[in-house]
Amino acid sequence: MADDMLKSDNLPQNPERASLEGRNKFMGFWFFLGGETVLFASLFGTYLALRNSPAEGPTASEIFGLELVFIMTIVLLTSSLTSVYAMYHMKNGDFKKMQLWLGITVALGFTFLGFEIYEFYHYVHGYHFGYTTSAFSSAFYTLVGFHGGHVAFGLAWIISLMIRNAKRGINLYNAPKFYIASLYWHFIDVVWVFIFTVVYLMGKVG
Amino acid sequence: MADNTNSNEKQLYYRKKHKEEMKHHILTFAMMIAFTLIAFGLVIAEVSALFTIPIILVLAAVQVLFQLYYFMHMNQEGHEMPALMIYSGIFAALLTVLALATIVWW
Amino acid sequence: MSATARKAGFGAALWDYLTTVDHKKIGILYLVAGIFFFILGGLEAMLIRIQLISPNNEFISAQFYNEVLTMHGTTMIFLAAMPLIFALMNAVVPLQIGARDVAFPFVNSLGFWLFFFGGVMLNVSWFVTGAPDAGWTAYAPLSIFSEGHGVDFYAIGLQISGFGTLMGGINFIVTVVNMRAPGMTYMRMPLFTWTAFIASVLILFAFPALTVGLFMLTFDRLFGANFFDPAMGGNAIIWEHLFWIFGHPEVYILILPAFGVFSEVIPTFAKKRLFGYSSMVFATVLIAFLGFMVWAHHMFTVGLGPIANSIFAVATMAIAVPTGIKIFNWLFTLWGGSIRLTSPMVFALGFIPTFTIGGMTGVMLASAAADFQYHDSYFVVAHFHYVIVGGVVLGLFAGIIYWWPKMFGTMLNEKLNHWFFWLFFIGFHLTFFIQHFLGLMGMPRRYWKFLPDQGLDLFNLISTIGAFFMAVGTIVFLYNVIITQVKGVKVSGDPWDARTLEWAIPSPPPFYNFKQEPLVRGLDPLWIEKTEGNGKIQPATPLGDIHMPNNSFVPFMMSLGLFIAGFGVMFQGTYWVLAVIGFGITAGSMLYRSFKDDLGYHVHKEDLEDEKGDGSNG
Repeated sequence: MADDMLKSDNLPQNPERASLEGRNKFMGFWFFLGGETVLFASLFGTYLALRNSPAEGPTASEIFGLELVFIMTIVLLTSSLTSVYAMYHMKNGDFKKMQLWLGITVALGFTFLGFEIYEFYHYVHGYHFGYTTSAFSSAFYTLVGFHGGHVAFGLAWIISLMIRNAKRGINLYNAPKFYIASLYWHFIDVVWVFIFTVVYLMGKVG
Repeated sequence: MADNTNSNEKQLYYRKKHKEEMKHHILTFAMMIAFTLIAFGLVIAEVSALFTIPIILVLAAVQVLFQLYYFMHMNQEGHEMPALMIYSGIFAALLTVLALATIVWW
Repeated sequence: MSATARKAGFGAALWDYLTTVDHKKIGILYLVAGIFFFILGGLEAMLIRIQLISPNNEFISAQFYNEVLTMHGTTMIFLAAMPLIFALMNAVVPLQIGARDVAFPFVNSLGFWLFFFGGVMLNVSWFVTGAPDAGWTAYAPLSIFSEGHGVDFYAIGLQISGFGTLMGGINFIVTVVNMRAPGMTYMRMPLFTWTAFIASVLILFAFPALTVGLFMLTFDRLFGANFFDPAMGGNAIIWEHLFWIFGHPEVYILILPAFGVFSEVIPTFAKKRLFGYSSMVFATVLIAFLGFMVWAHHMFTVGLGPIANSIFAVATMAIAVPTGIKIFNWLFTLWGGSIRLTSPMVFALGFIPTFTIGGMTGVMLASAAADFQYHDSYFVVAHFHYVIVGGVVLGLFAGIIYWWPKMFGTMLNEKLNHWFFWLFFIGFHLTFFIQHFLGLMGMPRRYWKFLPDQGLDLFNLISTIGAFFMAVGTIVFLYNVIITQVKGVKVSGDPWDARTLEWAIPSPPPFYNFKQEPLVRGLDPLWIEKTEGNGKIQPATPLGDIHMPNNSFVPFMMSLGLFIAGFGVMFQGTYWVLAVIGFGITAGSMLYRSFKDDLGYHVHKEDLEDEKGDGSNG
């Protein structure tokens, strides 16, 4: 039976849920995302409570620029679509194409992260808006930084999956791993949708 | 395993089905981009805040539902418990955000 | 790697427990750690009561008193009650639903080790710069300005153990959703499994709020963030909200499994099926649901305004309804039953009135207007000890005694159990009943000293005497545990003549639990087979190979890494090197885990046939 788990031909429909381990991972990860919802809600709530407390530092509408945020949004949204493509190819049993689309997803993820680091650098050096400047700055960097941390972790996760499985195809053992990594990546995008809306757009509106 | 022609037919059927799903995904993606454009457009055009804020929040919520139901496949069978837990999470999340946004002393 | 290969010797046994992924052994680990921390928290409680034995006492210093008081609360909630609940859940839930294992054996072990290292971290603070001293609630701004590293230990220690709890919670939700035996529908699950399931759901949604709150506390104290510092625009109320958004569901996480224990014990020893099973399930879910929207009743005096206070007051009072349903269901289960006064049953009978008193003072406290009088007085202390000791602790001990034979194959001495109960129970009421009146007379909680001749002297003395009774009771229990295990007299698989699935297999169960998947024909499956069948659970599947997970040392290493890293983050400077090493160990362990396939192994059919016993009652 153990050998069956590592065979990559004749995969069933929905290979990620074909084994008990897969079903457990699938369920457990969805539940974890339910918990993550509350985690980010706590961060959002704190941000909402503190967003008008800039102390002596700059305010939201003074520092936020929408161009960069728009580009970041499009990049992350697109990476969500490319990871859907990867899962599409996984279900069709096409390992090479899955790796390709995962690779594109990772590239987009790094682009996003690069923009975010540039953005933070710009705030700190251009506007003297550091982590300790005010309650608003702490709340901002913590919320957006937690999201950025999730992006970084997601990248590390997907890359190690790609490397580990590069020399073997999709099988019942690794299909659930790829699948939940992609769920995680979508969830990162879900959080970002609220970040660009609540932090940047509402920050600009006032 | 089962006889080969049968499984080939099955494979073809599933591939077609996946293609069908992929079309939905592309459509979803287009809508999400459109919503994003509308949200940014409203803010850049400096429409009144009282109008903009509720609209962009609704747009964000709809985008998230698209992500959940299409990109994350919550519209497929076998997602009853995940849906229950995500909605419970959203319930707890809403209470948390509501409290921290209203009753904290200003 | 076969678990059937039993090596003798202490080293081998130790290694076995360090690497185990078997839920029954992890249950024992949780039990041992939980009882250890329970004793520690109990000693802290004794220090508090000795300090308060007489007015103007100088037994311990004010600073040390604050530390003892903080650690008593923190230890009892996070390091004693939580792991003891996980001990019972691990030992019982998979057996009750007819599963061979939990959904994530590896994560289960990781959850234990994270909890354990978090608990050790908290207690290391005693020897390094002093323990946390801002109360178990660590309210800002006191916790922000508290000197030394005590509160840092609190924040980082609880963070680590909180991760473990969250993982344990997810593991049990998935176990219940995915691993039930054929025929074990949701509405046939024993009440303990139901309450464990709902408590796990509460863990999933409550702990993330604590995670965020603790991160903010850590960032404020160690990295200069301004979340709770009003001078920089911060807001101390945010901590209170986050803490109680977690904290109130937390008390239901504790009490629901205790309710579950009593819902198992009472039908067994009344020889009747549980009265109103479906209403019990409904009440459990309703308590969990309401439990999420009542947290601000801890904050009535903060000044959230009359509207918010009223909403939370009404929601809080509403919880009395499902809880009342439960109380009546237990009473109706007892009514007309043929009652056996075994020690778990005596605990259950003691619990019902005790918890009802706690519930009634709860409704009193829920009245926002009256709460301004009770707030932060000994009335509150009395209230929550009535629900937590009178509910959770009595429930835990009832559960430990009830399932002891299943966990260890031996039976605790019944006579000593009764002694334990009566000493503990009388001591408890002596200690805490009188504290209601101390509170009403105006004695504030958490004070180091009280002045003489204010009418508080006698009641405080009585309260301390009660605490000694509880301590003696606990010693009797520990003595009982030791002599029982030393004698090691084995008992049968079903010593209580019980009703549920876990009693259909030998005590202690074989490592694969069920040789063949059991067929569940209804609620109380074993009782059904006893009354309508041949007394044995019928198998649902033919005898086949059993898939088992491999043992792993990785969970221990991952947790150890975070433990080491915690010190680096806390002391900074040259200690950052510890953080690098610690996080390196954790990340390395995670990579090792993902790069090494872990497919488990199979127990073969032929080996199973050789083994004695048919996997059923016996």
